[in-house]
Amino acid sequence: MARYVFLMYDSEDWHDTVDEQGVADEFALHEEFMAAVTAAGASVVGGEALERSSTASTVRRGPDAGTRPLVTDGPFADTKEALGGFYVIDAPDLDVALSLAAACPAGNVEVRPVMEMPDGT
Amino acid sequence: MTALEEVFRSAWPVVVASTARLTRDLDLAEDCTQEAVERALRRWPAGFPDNPAGWLTTTAHRIALDRLRREATLRRKLPLLVDPVSGAGGPAVEGSAIGEDADPEPTDPLRLVFTCCHPALSRESRVALTLRLVCGVDVATIAAVLLAGEAAVARRITRAKRKIAVARVPFRVPAGDELAERLDAVLTVVHLVYTAGHVGSGTGLRDTDLTGRALGLARMLVALLPGEPEPRALLGLLSLTEARGDARTGADGELVLLPDQDRSGWDRRLIREGLGLATSALRAGPHGRFALQAGVAGLHAVAPSWAQTDWARVVVTYDALLRVWPSPVVALNRAVARGRLPGADPAAVLAEVDALAPELAGYPYLPAARADLLARLGRAAEAAAAYDGALAVTRNPVERRHLTRRRAETGAS
Repeated sequence: MARYVFLMYDSEDWHDTVDEQGVADEFALHEEFMAAVTAAGASVVGGEALERSSTASTVRRGPDAGTRPLVTDGPFADTKEALGGFYVIDAPDLDVALSLAAACPAGNVEVRPVMEMPDGT
Repeated sequence: MTALEEVFRSAWPVVVASTARLTRDLDLAEDCTQEAVERALRRWPAGFPDNPAGWLTTTAHRIALDRLRREATLRRKLPLLVDPVSGAGGPAVEGSAIGEDADPEPTDPLRLVFTCCHPALSRESRVALTLRLVCGVDVATIAAVLLAGEAAVARRITRAKRKIAVARVPFRVPAGDELAERLDAVLTVVHLVYTAGHVGSGTGLRDTDLTGRALGLARMLVALLPGEPEPRALLGLLSLTEARGDARTGADGELVLLPDQDRSGWDRRLIREGLGLATSALRAGPHGRFALQAGVAGLHAVAPSWAQTDWARVVVTYDALLRVWPSPVVALNRAVARGRLPGADPAAVLAEVDALAPELAGYPYLPAARADLLARLGRAAEAAAAYDGALAVTRNPVERRHLTRRRAETGAS
């Protein structure tokens, strides 16, 4: 098994218009996705939905220890489609991971392999 | 090509692929294959072994196992190409430990090709990786083919190999529905390699070494996937194109385009082979992209002359091709073929070609096709300007001379 992080990027307009039913529908889609992950012989190891990017703060550390870190209001990269959530998934290989990403309820999914640590975990 | 080069060339993908299955590491497999070839170069002048490919495979595997033993501690800390526990690499690796399963399997090179042409890699990386790992072409030559710097190509190959290892691109042949789509990516790479050789980047028009590599790859795919029509179609298309090879340049080295080629100079044996492959692919069921392209090439191959070409069937074939592979280049070719139908209106065809211009910016054959139509309409000055446009985006010196000559023929200043 290899571990991947699925980074989900979407337009945030959804937050402005969504009602209770919309939220329930979205949750149902994610339940379906998690069932598909298990059915594919992979597993969901973790994941979170994130509050919208306007609630983010970015801390930029200076080039050396003496400089005071700079705090800015907003996400690190201010893009039209923002990071809205992530999953941590164990899958047998990239083909399985990519087919699961295609089933993931998000407009854009970046699939990143997790770095393996030397102690073999 | 010497006998020795021929042995290396045909053995290379088999040795890399079986070593990759043994070590589950493409980088190591490539290194060990290279070293086995270098050892052979030192020893074989004293006498060829009975089975040169087998010797290279065994030697590469021994080198690999030696290195793995030496680096055993470090190896445990590095990600593996194929997970030995999950068996995700297919039945051949299931439950086997590194060092077992050393005998080459007939499908090894096929797994290697599918890994090098994985959709998670950029198209440029697929071409570079296929040339390096499957064909054994050195980085300097690949850089010349891709019109890129050697260091940039080396970095691209290293990055691609690293992604295959770290992101766990599986070392397997896809099955079922997935096969058709993945196969198309593989065939596209082979076609790109051929095209790069067909319109060479050097001083001449062709790079026969590269076209030969592409033909070799296509033959290998036909042999390893006998049930699939599209590899046969691609080999047919390449054979039919290759058959015209020598007729594409005149006695003075000038480019001769299809309408003006001396058809008696075409290679009849290659045409027969290509027509047989194209026909068998077209009969096999739903027509794929390469089957239809081979069909067009076949119609040109059997025509006694440009004027006597069955343009109606060429247009029908392009119509079908446009449905399975909607691309502006196909639309341009179809428009040009329609311009050859009896009673065709060059002005209407010109309008069709002009409509494609925004999608084909930088594609030299569009202004060249425009120029030809404008010349037929007697609009000499505009034709000359269109030839200038084609010249601005054409690099190959033989093609440039051809366009310059055609421009002069318009009579415009």
